[in-house]
Amino acid sequence: MIQFLLNEQIETIDSLAGDTTVLDYLRDNKGLCGTKEGCASGDCGACTVSLVELNNSNDGLSYRAINSCVTFLSTLNGKQLITVEHLSDKGKLHPVQQAMVEQHASQCGFCTPGFVMSLFSFYHQNKESNHQNIELALSGNLCRCTGYRPIIDAAKQSCQDPIDDKFISNQTKTIEKLQSLQDHQASLTGLYEPQSRQQLAQLLKQYPDARLFAGSTDIALEATQLNKNLACLIDLKAIPELNVLCVENDTLRIGASLPFEKIEQTLLTHFPDLSELLWRFASVPIRNQASLGGNVANASPIGDMPPVLLALQAIIVCDNGDNFRDVPVREFFTGYRTTVLKPDEWIKEIKIALPSQHQTLRAYKVSKRIEDDISAVCAVFNLTLNSHIIAALHTGFGGVAATPAMANALEEKLIGLDWRKASTMETGKSIIQSCFSPIDDVRASAEYRQMLLTNLWHRFWLETNASDNKIETRVTHYA
Amino acid sequence: MRKLVNPLDSNSEAKPVGVSKAHESACLHVTGEAQYVDDQNLPANSLYAAVGLSHCAKGSISKLDIDAVRGCSGVVDVITVDDIPGHIDIAPVFDGDPILANKKVVFHGQPIFAVLATSVRAARQAVLAAKIEIDADSPVLTTQDSHQAEEFVRPLHSMIQGNAEQVIQQSDKVINGAITIGGQEHVYLEGQVSIAIPQEQDRILIKTSSQHPSEVQKLVAEVLGIKLHRVVVDMRRMGGGFGGKETQAAQWACIAAVFAYRNRVPVKLRLPRLQDMTVTGKRHPFYNTFTVGIDKQGKINGSQIQINGDCGHSADLSDAIVDRAMFHADNGYHLGDTEIHGHRCRTNKVSHTAFRGFGGPQGMIVAEAIIEKIARAVAKDPLDVRKLNYYDDKDRNTTHYGMLVENNILPDLIERLEESSQYRQRKAQLIAFNKQSPIIKKGIALTPVKFGISFTAKHLNQAGALVHVYTDGSIQVNHGGTEMGQGLHTKIGQIAANEFGVSLDSIDVTSTRTDKVPNTSPTAASSGTDINGKAVQNACITIRKRLAEFYLAQLNLHHLSNSEVRFSDNQVAIGDQSIGFSELVQQAYFERISLSSTGFYKTPKIHYNRETAKGRPFFYFAYGASCSEVSIDTLTGECVVNRVDILHDVGTSLNPAIDIGQIEGGFIQGMGWLTNEDLVWDDHGKLISNNPATYKIPSIGDTPKIFNVDLYPHANPEDSIYHSKAVGEPPLMLAMSVWCAIKDAISSLHNYRLDPELVCPATPENILRACQLSAKKKEQ
Repeated sequence: MIQFLLNEQIETIDSLAGDTTVLDYLRDNKGLCGTKEGCASGDCGACTVSLVELNNSNDGLSYRAINSCVTFLSTLNGKQLITVEHLSDKGKLHPVQQAMVEQHASQCGFCTPGFVMSLFSFYHQNKESNHQNIELALSGNLCRCTGYRPIIDAAKQSCQDPIDDKFISNQTKTIEKLQSLQDHQASLTGLYEPQSRQQLAQLLKQYPDARLFAGSTDIALEATQLNKNLACLIDLKAIPELNVLCVENDTLRIGASLPFEKIEQTLLTHFPDLSELLWRFASVPIRNQASLGGNVANASPIGDMPPVLLALQAIIVCDNGDNFRDVPVREFFTGYRTTVLKPDEWIKEIKIALPSQHQTLRAYKVSKRIEDDISAVCAVFNLTLNSHIIAALHTGFGGVAATPAMANALEEKLIGLDWRKASTMETGKSIIQSCFSPIDDVRASAEYRQMLLTNLWHRFWLETNASDNKIETRVTHYA
Repeated sequence: MRKLVNPLDSNSEAKPVGVSKAHESACLHVTGEAQYVDDQNLPANSLYAAVGLSHCAKGSISKLDIDAVRGCSGVVDVITVDDIPGHIDIAPVFDGDPILANKKVVFHGQPIFAVLATSVRAARQAVLAAKIEIDADSPVLTTQDSHQAEEFVRPLHSMIQGNAEQVIQQSDKVINGAITIGGQEHVYLEGQVSIAIPQEQDRILIKTSSQHPSEVQKLVAEVLGIKLHRVVVDMRRMGGGFGGKETQAAQWACIAAVFAYRNRVPVKLRLPRLQDMTVTGKRHPFYNTFTVGIDKQGKINGSQIQINGDCGHSADLSDAIVDRAMFHADNGYHLGDTEIHGHRCRTNKVSHTAFRGFGGPQGMIVAEAIIEKIARAVAKDPLDVRKLNYYDDKDRNTTHYGMLVENNILPDLIERLEESSQYRQRKAQLIAFNKQSPIIKKGIALTPVKFGISFTAKHLNQAGALVHVYTDGSIQVNHGGTEMGQGLHTKIGQIAANEFGVSLDSIDVTSTRTDKVPNTSPTAASSGTDINGKAVQNACITIRKRLAEFYLAQLNLHHLSNSEVRFSDNQVAIGDQSIGFSELVQQAYFERISLSSTGFYKTPKIHYNRETAKGRPFFYFAYGASCSEVSIDTLTGECVVNRVDILHDVGTSLNPAIDIGQIEGGFIQGMGWLTNEDLVWDDHGKLISNNPATYKIPSIGDTPKIFNVDLYPHANPEDSIYHSKAVGEPPLMLAMSVWCAIKDAISSLHNYRLDPELVCPATPENILRACQLSAKKKEQ
């Protein structure tokens, strides 16, 4: 059984298949057809809904936009789901809706409910409504008609000085209702939500073919794109050990099931140079769900976080309910989408040593589209200098091999060289050229990937070399 | 006696046209109440269809075993081409598009069979159980291959004016070039979907997301083997069309109709996105070459242009699309003596189709490529070369197809934009910037648009309307155009309100239905408002005349002309007497005056003789110009559009907000086509950029931070509806300035003397490659 608030009503689901998406539930079971299917893959945002949950201190609400097309029902458990039909108040449009009308921000209207829900979530996040935050809030919504300008203006108009809407007026009641739903464990036929490591271990014994997920943004595609039945799903979000986020002994510990949205600030506090990569990591609705653990466990060669973890020499903590074991991420990936994880194991957390003063980090991503696109090449360089002399270099790359990969030769052969010298950069260029044999695919040719490897290395040198750092090297700028 | 409701309040209101009224469905869009086809409530016995596709680009089907499909849970019916009761071919103009593959397959992803099941998932899963074997042939995948194999979907068409070859030979300089132009996937946010609902006897009702309900009606009737009058197509709104639902919507309606007919149940067929992108045609890729002869200043004396459209496996609309590319190969320039040959290349790809601009963009970019190349050759700013080659009102005033270019507003329009965008100052600043910036280079370009308005198939330039005035004074308007977000119904409502002098809320524009207005043209070629607006106006005029005559009779003013009766502010007035509109309507009803009328319109003046390749295919031209500035990264090829200024000609605007929406949206869509939207087929002819994760349309971050759009104040001198101009397609081509600005940035690497060979789309990879090609050329 799954219990949640649909707008203000407590809803109970007990008879649907575990791999039903929230989108299909809304459209097919509730007749709420305002939420649209544009792609069923989390790429267009037409299905965006707002998920509201109690904050950590249980006295307030946090609003997140999510893609209902790649979300399974267990994610709703104990939360409030708000769809586009619920926004107007006694026939009066919500301020974000009103602004969309006044700014002529809808044309065909099919993407509009999704934009409205992203804006509605943003409206409730008390963030400054500057251009950058608006772009970010709407990064997961595609519009093919307007060119976005009027939508940006509608966001500015409605979110600059938000007035209390009915959801804020009803907040106390909503909090009470949500509190009443908290002690309930989600389950449907073929969908489980263990509350502890032990329960998870037990479930894995019982259902060895079960599929684990936290954000579901990737696994859901098997149902929606490949038309597979996912007969047994285990939702990892309720296990406390998979939700840690803290610094201990100069090590950052990140629970495997935490969504990016919850770890982003912490990561940026310690690694501010990741801002561009994190900004460009998928879209906000995806980041509101997708987890670091999922990004690692998928072992996709084109994920953007594994190269970062490789360059930072992170540790993957694997768990089977009885024992933990630390696996250096550099030994974690064994082949195309395979890892050292045993069938009864899962990732508990990821540990990253905090940087030293002498460390310089850069994470580069090149893709056809700047926002919300998969990298043609992702390159991360982590350089430790001892007064201009290279003391250590660690790297991580995506899109250049069957797994996330390091440039071992580059890491070894440059030790001891003077970073200020152009010859060091040139030596690195010639080494990196022979580190990988990338392939042609839909995102880039092998030749282009090879060029990017050397040119991103060149860029890294230009940006971090004290004598030359005045040169402009970027067409985009991220705060 | 019939009791009538009270008349509507007569609120005084300013003139309803020329003002920025909100889209008629805006409130429904933002609340989620707007219903699309997939949102319709269906009866409980409804069934769901899915299609099974070919996994080979070319070959003959040696085995088609669908027994396992029939055995899947939930499956009710399976059909192949042998189960079609009537016509198999559903091609729009020339044969070649079977509803399901007939013995042979001609592209990767071609539908071979269809399944009907109790749920969407059951239908889609059952599809996977089919066993299909195909004896594969090697596919033709490029225009070059098609030339080699002599495979064309239609014969060559040529447009010849004067003796280009001779003039070029005698010119001071000869410039050659070639340009590869990518196609474009429509990515309408609402995918293809149709519902077929059986009615009494053999009648059938179709709800579809289509730009061309009349063609869906015709094809459904033919496929079922019944007459057209048994089929009704109802189309309220599309979630985007862009040309992708002109011919491409019919197949799914036909398949749903066949199932509905066989099983006597309502059937819905909605394509999942990945299939939608695989099985529907796209903007044609082109490969075009040119040779021009110029004088020392860079003025074009003669041009030889070869246009090669990659049409895919069948003709679809390609004949007209390649023609339009040829008509537009001049953009806004006089090409001198001209020879244009347009090849319709057959390839084993999905049959490419209409997409906003309809071949025009792929022709116009040749003109811009020519100008750019001339500019580098004569060491001039490209804008100066553009100016040198405008049509003038003396001897360089006729297009290569013999049409006089009258009222050419481009020179003035460009001058204004040059001023407002500060093109010259910024160009100088960018040159200075580039000198001190080794990695990041900036570029700027100002390019024109001249786009011919009218269907080049003459018979399509007609429209019908049906207007009803009800006894409370409310008015229902129906017309042959379809609403896909472009604001057509909003403008039509404004026109009707203006004709009757009533407020906009008295008007309801209803869904497009083939039983209300028959034999309609597709909503395409930017013609929606032009032709349907006039037809609606004509219907309104008919009713208005009757009301005016009736009013004059009431007042015993028979000697006055009904044209002296004024309709405004919800009142009807003559001299100093007036009556409320709805009150007059009620009186007219009691006096048995007809309150309903059809309206009809056909575009005047147009003709084109294909034998001589001469005529006036366009009623008028729509103009515009844009100035774009970009930054490129010469290490990665990444590119950002920093600023865009647009000045565009919509004649007298019917609705400035909607027109600006079309301009901005068209520009960004065109920018996508020329930058990041990259269709990729593998060596086997399979489209691998087949979903939104691998095919990237512009996202919100791609909208330029500075984006100034203005309307050029100039009434259409032709008698178009209120002297407005069509706005659907022309703004897409404004994005050519982005492509030219990228070329400008690259050419800065070599002091603006080398013309970069920049493939469209200018993806980061293609930009980097163009930078490196320039570097290599420099070395040579």
